[in-house]
Amino acid sequence: MPEVRATISPDLHGFHGGLDLDYHKAPACDLPIGDMPLVNEYVLPLHMHIGAPAIPVVSIGDHVRRGQLLARPDDFISAAIHAPTSGVIQSIEQRGLPHPGGLSAQSIVLVADGKDLEAEALDPWPDYQDKSPVEIRARLRDAGIVGLGGAVFPTAVKLATANPGGVETLVLNGAECEPFISCDDRLMQESPEPILRGAQMMLHAVGASRCLIGIENNKPRAIEALQAVIDRLSVEEGERRFEIKVVPSIYPAGGEKQLIRTLTGIEVPRNRHVTDYQLLCLNVGTVANSWHAVVEGRALTDRVVTVTGGGVAEPRNFRVRIGTPMAKVIEAAGGYTEGVDRLLMGGPMMGFALHEDEVPVVKATNCLLAMRPVDRDPTPPPQPCIRCSRCSEACPADLLPQQLYWYARARQFERSHDYHLFDCIECGVCSAVCPSHIPLVQYFRHAKTEIWSSERERAKAEHARRRFEFHNERIERQKAEREAALAKKRAAIKAAQEKSTPKQGSDEVGAPTKAKGDAGAASTAPTDEGKSTASMSIEAARARAKQRKARVQQGDHVNGEPGGAERPSDEPTERPRGSS
Amino acid sequence: MWLAILLAVGLAILFGVLLGLAAQFFRVEGNPLAERIDELLPQTQCGQCGYPGCKPYAEAMAKGEADINRCPPGGESTIRNLADLLDVEFKPLDDDLEVQEVKTLAIIDEEVCIGCTKCIQACPVDAILGAAKQMHTVIEDECTGCELCVEPCPVDCIDMVPIEDGVEAYRFPMPESAHPVPTRGPAARNEGLANA
Amino acid sequence: MKFPVQTSPHVEAPSNVADVMTVVLWALVPGTVVAIWFLGWGVLFNVALAIGAAWLAEALMLWLRARPFQPALSDRSVLITGWILALCLPNLAPWWLPVVGSVFAVVVAKQLYGGIGYNLFNPAMVGYVVLLVSFPEAMTRWGAPIEGGAASLTLTEAAQWTFLGVLPGMTGFDALSQATPLDQWRMVTTQGSDVTGAALSIWQGGGWSIWLNLAFLAGGAWMFYRGAIRWHIPVAMVVGVLVTASLLWGIDAERFADPLFHLVTGGVIFGALFVATDPVSASTTPRGRLVFGFGIGALAVLIRSFGNYPDGVAFAILLMNLAVPLIDYYTQPPVFGRKARPDVDAEGH
Repeated sequence: MPEVRATISPDLHGFHGGLDLDYHKAPACDLPIGDMPLVNEYVLPLHMHIGAPAIPVVSIGDHVRRGQLLARPDDFISAAIHAPTSGVIQSIEQRGLPHPGGLSAQSIVLVADGKDLEAEALDPWPDYQDKSPVEIRARLRDAGIVGLGGAVFPTAVKLATANPGGVETLVLNGAECEPFISCDDRLMQESPEPILRGAQMMLHAVGASRCLIGIENNKPRAIEALQAVIDRLSVEEGERRFEIKVVPSIYPAGGEKQLIRTLTGIEVPRNRHVTDYQLLCLNVGTVANSWHAVVEGRALTDRVVTVTGGGVAEPRNFRVRIGTPMAKVIEAAGGYTEGVDRLLMGGPMMGFALHEDEVPVVKATNCLLAMRPVDRDPTPPPQPCIRCSRCSEACPADLLPQQLYWYARARQFERSHDYHLFDCIECGVCSAVCPSHIPLVQYFRHAKTEIWSSERERAKAEHARRRFEFHNERIERQKAEREAALAKKRAAIKAAQEKSTPKQGSDEVGAPTKAKGDAGAASTAPTDEGKSTASMSIEAARARAKQRKARVQQGDHVNGEPGGAERPSDEPTERPRGSS
Repeated sequence: MWLAILLAVGLAILFGVLLGLAAQFFRVEGNPLAERIDELLPQTQCGQCGYPGCKPYAEAMAKGEADINRCPPGGESTIRNLADLLDVEFKPLDDDLEVQEVKTLAIIDEEVCIGCTKCIQACPVDAILGAAKQMHTVIEDECTGCELCVEPCPVDCIDMVPIEDGVEAYRFPMPESAHPVPTRGPAARNEGLANA
Repeated sequence: MKFPVQTSPHVEAPSNVADVMTVVLWALVPGTVVAIWFLGWGVLFNVALAIGAAWLAEALMLWLRARPFQPALSDRSVLITGWILALCLPNLAPWWLPVVGSVFAVVVAKQLYGGIGYNLFNPAMVGYVVLLVSFPEAMTRWGAPIEGGAASLTLTEAAQWTFLGVLPGMTGFDALSQATPLDQWRMVTTQGSDVTGAALSIWQGGGWSIWLNLAFLAGGAWMFYRGAIRWHIPVAMVVGVLVTASLLWGIDAERFADPLFHLVTGGVIFGALFVATDPVSASTTPRGRLVFGFGIGALAVLIRSFGNYPDGVAFAILLMNLAVPLIDYYTQPPVFGRKARPDVDAEGH
């Protein structure tokens, strides 16, 4: 079936590099969004957004209803988490996360009761025009709205970075440039109304005057559906505030900064907010959910997920409750096909491979892509870089990946700064064009996380050093103060003695010595003690280390002995209260 | 011939004097080397090196009195950094010290604690909060895991527990090298070590 | 269900290093055919000997360095090294000349630097320069093009000459050989004769060099079309040659050759398309490539005009190879978001 493409809008600005990929959007994008049946168990990681992990507000055994708050945002940059269905909180424990490293984290486990009872909604605000931007932001925060394009940055915080009245243009991101993913496409086709109403609400919330909607030209049906609603809105409002911009399908056209450049010609540098340029960019799914949150009072408890790839029997989009185990979602799509060996969360360019499918769908899960070896190009072993610079020609951030690679490989991370490592958006284009098949993005992620890690360590060491210096200073000061006080006291005693000498002749000899003795004891005792405890504990630490070493060398005897190196493992039994 | 020798000797003397003068004129106050060494140390202040804190150890190293392989919390990477800075050969951690692989944190069992303040006095970074006859607790963010508080505790209520790295602290591994690795010989063994 | 984990992206480039090299190999074919047509079978022997020696040297070095043979031996880069070197050699060269050159190029200039991707200098040019410096006499054994006689040697006669150093019948070496245009010009200028006259005679008698350059251009166009090279280096190098030669010619037309003469003689076109564009040893930024190419062009003309060797392209390329890290560092393209706003750059991470 030849792909139908919409006409590209004039006056676009484009961006450097990029890649024309095979998009594989069909067949998932041709089927309506399906509904997932309820499952038994939902797992809600407390940290499924950018920022601080949420703090649970329910306890084990509580019965909750759909939309009820389970965990509140901890910090300014954090997001609330709500119950995806009604049921009982079974536990709050470490569960596997969808994470490239296969890590686990604290999660709320909810056992569904199958009734799917709705909690009392937040106060619906059909007349949101009367609400101030601050109130709308608070509502978005309460409803747990985060960026659904994949970044999961709390939307309320994003709005808060804008100066009041400082945003002129709202950019809606419907580009969806990654191959295979069609959740935004389907959403635009099926519910253009909430998207545009949501955009209208956002225009009000940030005081913007117009809205540009960027959509790739491979989504003609979505463009048509949105255009119909826009025409209606224009009549209703009496002015044309919404405009669809059809952008060419060049990956990564849907990157926030790339899309903004394409639509407006403005390049937003790495360390600047988009709002510094009188712009705000939101994903179409995010604004639709914002509308539900503000106007209907509904919290974010589900999202559209594309389940696709040659590895699933019936590729399709589903409306999935947050927390549903991925295995169940795959089941709903007809299960795996024979020979599937890779499951990705996200698209083939930026998505990461999952270690297992028992992890839950989180707010960032826009796509589950199951692949067989036949569905992808073979991965030849990497060869040395020949500096052909195809990567730098394709880099949408105008970087020189071949140079970055050189320094990352040699672990010369400080040199990476010279070549702007942190401007890399990890879009994967460089790896995808490399004739030597070098996993460039992986090198850059490695370099970035190593740099962050060493910066954290350094900050911590610096902090400890300052605390230590302060500690020593305090000890010195206390010693000095004590000595001063003592000297004063001694002087007073001396004075008193001098006064009383004629009367108390018999004590003349004894008293001063006693006083001196006391003073000596008092003045030296703390310092001596301080010194000796310090050196004693150093000695003790070394002795302990030796002891442990000896024990380790003894091998088998280790298990029986308490304390020392085994302490961590013994800890739960010794202290059954746990760490809560 | 004699002229050449004289010239060479003359030049040597001239440059010697120049160097000596330069050392006088550009002398740096304080001990910048000790400070640079100190920056590389983990600042745990644990004293396992035999010096009362990281700074004294750094000063000892700067004077050449201490070896670079006496810092268990810093581990191999710190020794490598020190070797780089001081331009000496890398050597593994001293035999009488225990390799410390995981970072730890002190936790006070608050039910057992009798409030004796001994651990508070022992803590080099004031990370323990409490007063006499009051329960003590460790400020987790301040604790360096030095273990100096464990020994003084008369009721043995302080435990060192390993720190779990959070999701945000995840470090992506280095990918497999694109550079062909030797298949035999000593180089093969070295490469293997470097990649480990 | 558990899965083995791979890193993103999960899309691979459809091409590989060997494909890129194959494009270059095909691009060398037309020029080589024309060279054989005009300069005789000796060119074919040079190519075959140089490629064979280069490949064997690569295999030997991989074994000595204990590196796996695959994929290094099948990436075809070593074939290009040998082939390019062969096309630089005189058509009446003895058999050992391409062999020594190739072996030196691969062993010293490529493998001792770490193999493909790690060499600082273009291996073929290193090999060529070593031959030029070490065997100056052998490197001048240019047989005259087709009318003169080198091409009139049959395959067997040419093979006898190349491998055994024997010429058929009464023919003497002097009857075959002819000074190259650049040599002629050098003789003319050093003897103080009229340069324009000499250049003109070369233009009239040297139609073959035009054909040869056209064939190289066709190969270059093919490489450009297939994305193996970019336009920057060849264009900048030609501009460098023309600008520098024009300046010199403008100053003293008696002493210096005209720009077009510089362009069509020697290795300018060949070097611009096939040697300077070698990605490993060339600059990789767009602006850097312009600087790199221009530098080669300018240096080549300067060496021709003031140096001791008739052609300076090889030296110019090696000199500019040396400058590549510096050029790359100072010609980084402005990063996204920093193009019109230098103020932001200051607060980089």
